[in-house]
Amino acid sequence: MKDLSTYAQNTWCPGCGNFAILNSIKPVLNALDEQGFPLEKVVLVSGIGCHAKIVDYINVNSFYSIHGRVVPVATGIKLANPDLKVIGFAGDGDAYGEGLEHLVFAAKRNIDITMIIHNNRVYGLTTGQFTPTSPLGFKGRSTPQGTREFPINPLELMLSSGATFIARGYSRGLDLLKRTFTEAIMHKGFSLVDVLQVCVTFFNMYEYYNKKIYELNGHNYQDYHEALLKIKEWDYNSESPIALGVFYKKEMATFEDGFLRPETETGDRESNMGRVLTEAI
Amino acid sequence: MDDFSILIGGKAGDGIDRAGLIIARILNQLGYRLYIYRDYPSIIRGGHTFSVIRISKNKIGCHLDGADFLLALNQDSVDLHKGKIKDNSFMIYDSDQVKSESLPAAIRSLGLPLGKILTEENALPVMRNSCIIGAFSKAIGLEWEILERVFKKNIPKELELNLKVALRGYNEAKEFVKVESTGGISLPVLTGNEAIGLGLIKGGLNAYIAYPMTPSSSLLHFLAQEAEDFSLKVIHPESEIAVILIALGFSYAGQRVAVGTSGGGFCLMTEGLSLAGMAELPIVIVIGQRPGPSTGVPTHTAQGDLHFALNAGQGEFPRFLVSPGDAEDAYFWSLVALNISWKYQIPSMILADKSLCEGTYSFDIDSIEGLKQEKPILWDRKQPYKRYLDTETGISPLTFVPDKEAVVKVDSYAHDESGITTEEAQKIKSTQDKRLRKEKYLMKELETYKTVEVFGNKSSSVALICWGSNKGVCIEASEDLGLKVIHPVVLSPFPVKEMRQSLQGVQNLICVENNATAQLASLVSRYGFTVNEKILKYDGRPFSLDELEERLKDVVNRL
Repeated sequence: MKDLSTYAQNTWCPGCGNFAILNSIKPVLNALDEQGFPLEKVVLVSGIGCHAKIVDYINVNSFYSIHGRVVPVATGIKLANPDLKVIGFAGDGDAYGEGLEHLVFAAKRNIDITMIIHNNRVYGLTTGQFTPTSPLGFKGRSTPQGTREFPINPLELMLSSGATFIARGYSRGLDLLKRTFTEAIMHKGFSLVDVLQVCVTFFNMYEYYNKKIYELNGHNYQDYHEALLKIKEWDYNSESPIALGVFYKKEMATFEDGFLRPETETGDRESNMGRVLTEAI
Repeated sequence: MDDFSILIGGKAGDGIDRAGLIIARILNQLGYRLYIYRDYPSIIRGGHTFSVIRISKNKIGCHLDGADFLLALNQDSVDLHKGKIKDNSFMIYDSDQVKSESLPAAIRSLGLPLGKILTEENALPVMRNSCIIGAFSKAIGLEWEILERVFKKNIPKELELNLKVALRGYNEAKEFVKVESTGGISLPVLTGNEAIGLGLIKGGLNAYIAYPMTPSSSLLHFLAQEAEDFSLKVIHPESEIAVILIALGFSYAGQRVAVGTSGGGFCLMTEGLSLAGMAELPIVIVIGQRPGPSTGVPTHTAQGDLHFALNAGQGEFPRFLVSPGDAEDAYFWSLVALNISWKYQIPSMILADKSLCEGTYSFDIDSIEGLKQEKPILWDRKQPYKRYLDTETGISPLTFVPDKEAVVKVDSYAHDESGITTEEAQKIKSTQDKRLRKEKYLMKELETYKTVEVFGNKSSSVALICWGSNKGVCIEASEDLGLKVIHPVVLSPFPVKEMRQSLQGVQNLICVENNATAQLASLVSRYGFTVNEKILKYDGRPFSLDELEERLKDVVNRL
């Protein structure tokens, strides 16, 4: 086990759900390393928000990017070098609000990156406003009378956009989280894990989630319609059981594979340049 | 004939653009230097579109108002260009489309029933071009074999039928004026965008990412077409925001990358630009200007985004901004932009405009001197790796993922040398100083380049100052009046020293710009240089040589 921590001081609130993600991803990365997938081939990408500090806390290659843009950065890194494992961390505001289009397009392309969404259903770092997954009527600092809009179901959106791996995790119960992360990272294609990551300061849902969650068992994740039914069981708003685990998984050609071609020698570049110029006479 | 212009006009969808290029390539076989101005509306079918093909024995970079030959595929091509007809002009027109009584009385002309010819030959409507090109070729005394050769090279589909239709036109026409071969060599004929693309390729480009937007789209098309042969990754993602962030992902992974857009798309890229500044990620941004604000006039030209490009992005960070004046400049400076971007880990911008991007030039690669291939400064592996190591020049040595011995962390936040976020006052200041320090060394290196070009009568006390695509028209317009022309190519960091040298002996400075507020004039004034007179044009059209000469005479008389 390598110690993957850095000297950066951790500034998450005590009890923050982000610790669960940090403490799950570190052993997962270590296990990858031990199984022969070396850590130098891993790149972590984060956006902006409490979640994003995770890259400062892990001593692995990283790109601490900007709000809403984790997906295109991760896409670029993967396209540049398909041998890398690219893992994106984003908040719910960061992935489902600003920059949502990138998520849809990454799923549509089936680019082989993993997105881990720290979905606390509230803006933490900007001190308590509603997000795209906050329940109807959520009273935040920008909506003191309560929101007048329904939340989106990000898993349903991802399924219809063509994502080939869709799962949900919870910031309590590291074992399941680790298994889910591992499966998502090992999946060849676009994978998304929506982690119900509790913000103890602005939206403490522990008690609520503890009553509702259950682990998927015997679910046929290869069946699109069954996956859709399971995904629609809870709409991030109403009172219903909340399933955890893998909802959908499918093998498909990936986007970056379409770009694999041998490097051109410098000499070839020169002769091709000559060809282009001759053709232009 | 030393200087000669052909105007070909028709509806959008008639294939005018392609026909203009084929005419240019025919004349190119005779050893002429040429320039094509393309004027077209932002519609797919209908409207009026035309190309002016100008040839000369000398290097040129602008068009004239008058046309020696008019090739009219529709009535608009006669009605809208009457002012361009000279006493000795010759017109070939489609007599099925153009009313012969509408022709100017003095003009010599040949009407061809193109519709009828096409029906007889069972040809497609777009082949009217081939027929009129055939007639034109005969009218300039061209040997049939030259036309045949150019058609073979340029028409991939239905070659035989196109040749048959062209021969009909050729046989119907008579020689009007003999255009002799110059005896000189034929040069490649390239658009500014193609020259930018080739310069980037020469500079080692690995990937090009863009969302279509006129006038940058043809660069995307060109590189996508050539992607296979040059092992390029060419990607068209969901938006310009995705464009620049995907590009920064490439850059992080050590791949030489460029993006292309116009003003509106560049607006969306500015957050990513600032990220490149903070994270010190190399990137080249090609901006093809068109008239704004907002959507403006999409298929026309302007130079209204100089200050926007110079100031875009929050915070303070160095940037390299170059504005090439013709195809050779475009090739040379695109390569330099890539090299500088990687050497200094800063964003480079190539600020072009529609006139350059879509203008077509004779491209003389042998006239380009001083091309250097440069490698970025790489980590020597002697000390543990720090992505933002503070050095004398401010340049931190690079290594790229995957590297067994290094963890590479980049950050959009203020960060320490290892790339870990910080809010410590001292570290914030020292890393900002480090980033800005790179500009000082860049300015020093730029002294080895011709950052400010000087043309014309170098001892004249009256000088024109222009930037970008106005180079060609200014050089020619200043000839008769014996004026000096100053053309700064690098606009950031501003080459103050070179500008001062080029202004020696100049008492009156006249700026020539395609914008309403004289942006170059205000830029140079910041460094203490005064522009006395302004010649501005902001109707979406580039200066013709005639127009600039006239306005210049007025101004010079006033001095």
